[in-house]
Amino acid sequence: MQPLTNRAKPVDRRPMTLVERIYLWNIFKGMMITLKHLFKRKATISYPEQKRPFSPVFRGLHILNRDEEGRERCTACGLCALACPAEAITMEAAERKKGEEHLYREEKYAARYEINMLRCIFCGLCEEACPKDAIYLSETFAPANYQRKGFIYGKKDLLIPHPKEDPEAYKKALGNRYKQSQNAN
Amino acid sequence: MHAVFLAIDTAFLIEKLVLIVVVISLSLLIAMYETWAERKVAAWIQDRRGPNRAGPLGLLQPLADGIKLFFKEEIVPNTSNRFLFILGPALAMLTAMMTSAVIPWGGTIEIFGKEVSLQIADINIGVLFIFGVVSMGVYGIMIGGWASNNKFSLLAALRGASQVISYELPMGIALISLLMVTGSLKMSVIVGQQIDSWYHIFHAPLGFFIFLVCAFAECNRTPFDLPEAENELNFGYHQEYSSMKLGFYLFAEYINMFISSVVMVTLFFGGYDIPFVSDAALRESWGANPTAILQAAVLFGKTAFFIFLFMWVRWTIPRFRYDQLMDLGWKKLIPLSLVNLVITALIILPWK
Amino acid sequence: MSISQVLFYFLSALALGSALMVVISRNPVHSVLWLIVTFFAISGHYIMLNAQFIGIVNLIVYAGAIMVLFLFVIMLMNLNAETEPQKNKWMKFAGVVSGGCLLLVLVAALKDAEVKGKATQLVTGEIGLIENLGKALFTDFVVPFEISSVLFLSAMVGAVVIGKREPKEA
Repeated sequence: MQPLTNRAKPVDRRPMTLVERIYLWNIFKGMMITLKHLFKRKATISYPEQKRPFSPVFRGLHILNRDEEGRERCTACGLCALACPAEAITMEAAERKKGEEHLYREEKYAARYEINMLRCIFCGLCEEACPKDAIYLSETFAPANYQRKGFIYGKKDLLIPHPKEDPEAYKKALGNRYKQSQNAN
Repeated sequence: MHAVFLAIDTAFLIEKLVLIVVVISLSLLIAMYETWAERKVAAWIQDRRGPNRAGPLGLLQPLADGIKLFFKEEIVPNTSNRFLFILGPALAMLTAMMTSAVIPWGGTIEIFGKEVSLQIADINIGVLFIFGVVSMGVYGIMIGGWASNNKFSLLAALRGASQVISYELPMGIALISLLMVTGSLKMSVIVGQQIDSWYHIFHAPLGFFIFLVCAFAECNRTPFDLPEAENELNFGYHQEYSSMKLGFYLFAEYINMFISSVVMVTLFFGGYDIPFVSDAALRESWGANPTAILQAAVLFGKTAFFIFLFMWVRWTIPRFRYDQLMDLGWKKLIPLSLVNLVITALIILPWK
Repeated sequence: MSISQVLFYFLSALALGSALMVVISRNPVHSVLWLIVTFFAISGHYIMLNAQFIGIVNLIVYAGAIMVLFLFVIMLMNLNAETEPQKNKWMKFAGVVSGGCLLLVLVAALKDAEVKGKATQLVTGEIGLIENLGKALFTDFVVPFEISSVLFLSAMVGAVVIGKREPKEA
């Protein structure tokens, strides 16, 4: 078989030389290597003070989006749940009543929308599947929790803040990622 | 009647007691910060930062560790011998600290017009005393390992015992070659000779090297940490221990490290001698107390290097296999130390 | 009572008591540990007699090495009460007789020895100091000393010969 890379090294099976058998010289060499590492730049990033930037393709927690007037975009079509390879999404649809037009954009909406973050693999297929741009993956990750049921995110965890009532939080939740995808469109 | 019964010099008693308390608490403090230093050195060698959350530079980390250990649940295995189980870590601590009694920590200081030596006991057989206490160190491991009633612990205890006994022999023979140079077993005399002339490392370099390797083995430090080999023996002899009893075992290791570094410095690197400076002249110009304090500081500085060496080696060299360990001890170090003994004797003979 | 007398009686009581416990203890590991305590007490006596060298060597060699090997073997053998073989009644009788004989000999030997009033020799005895001991061993007693070291050497060679594996038979 041909080697895949040119980095393969054959194992040296020659008998040890006298210097190698005395072992001290090799110990000394090893200790010099560790001594060099003592003064090297540390690879650690002190996390809470110092954060690594997310990559532009990072897929974090889901966000259920609203439109500019603050109406939920989701119509509970179920395409995201269908697309989900981990079967993490469940939803219940409901019909929009009279007088609820300012809450929901279409006449059908998701009364219950749950994502099990323990099952979710953050593949982003739900985002791809959504015809209404109602769900997208943000740049945060699920925080730790003491109980399993804490990882089942309902609508109140997922919905983005209202753009009119709380524009600051809305902007923050929207993040860079959504803007980029909007620009691309 | 009372006065007759306690026919001891009270001032002497108080002086020694104070000295003992100071030395013991200093060695405990140093052992505490050794744990911190060990983690820092390990981190630096592995390109990490090490503990830096508790206090500035993580300096309060050992305190936090100690508090944690004290508040852990104390578990005594059901079937073990309770008394021996508790005796194990106690013995480990005791033997670790006892050696500090014969080490000269500095010159003499003057308190209330009285000359006070910074050595707890200047006995005739100082070196032998150290050797005897070191050989007692096995019992902490053995009793603890046996009383745990656990096969892993027992195996680790046996390994530890055979390792310590095997490495005591070359250590002793290496020491004999040094003693032929010094002609005395008294620690104060050995240091005094080095203050006046060369350090003994130049008289017995091979002896020092053998002593160093054996000190690593006696302290159960990597590359000879077979009694607590994590991956084969589940932490070895202290597997069943929890809370501060475990803490004492771990702590005893660090005290041992400190003490053996001090012994190496005292025997081979001039002890509290300030290098390149005449101690006597300094004493004339500075007075006794500042000189003694500087001497103690120099001793601690020299010791710190050896402690660093212990850590440096630990995070560099992988653990020996058991047969390699025995091979090194019996087939390499003992003949080597015997050869060293003969050579030293041949060189010394014309002078005496 | 001076402090050295107090120490003497304490060490004697400790030595005798722990020696008794060596015999009485059912668990062999406990017996060995009591034996170590006995060695410590005896070493204390040596130091009281100003024989520092022999005191510390007693600790290094007996308590530090030989007893560790004893413990080693006993811990590996797993001696339980169930595995202990039932001893013959006559064996016990013979044991009592021979032990009694030893006691008789010891008492007879020590009866006339002059030990009264010489509990300690803290200042007087100098022969136990390592320098004097070394001089005595290498001048006056050099022949017995060397003979005994030859004996040890032969014992060591014997141990190596026994321990060495036989070459494989055909």
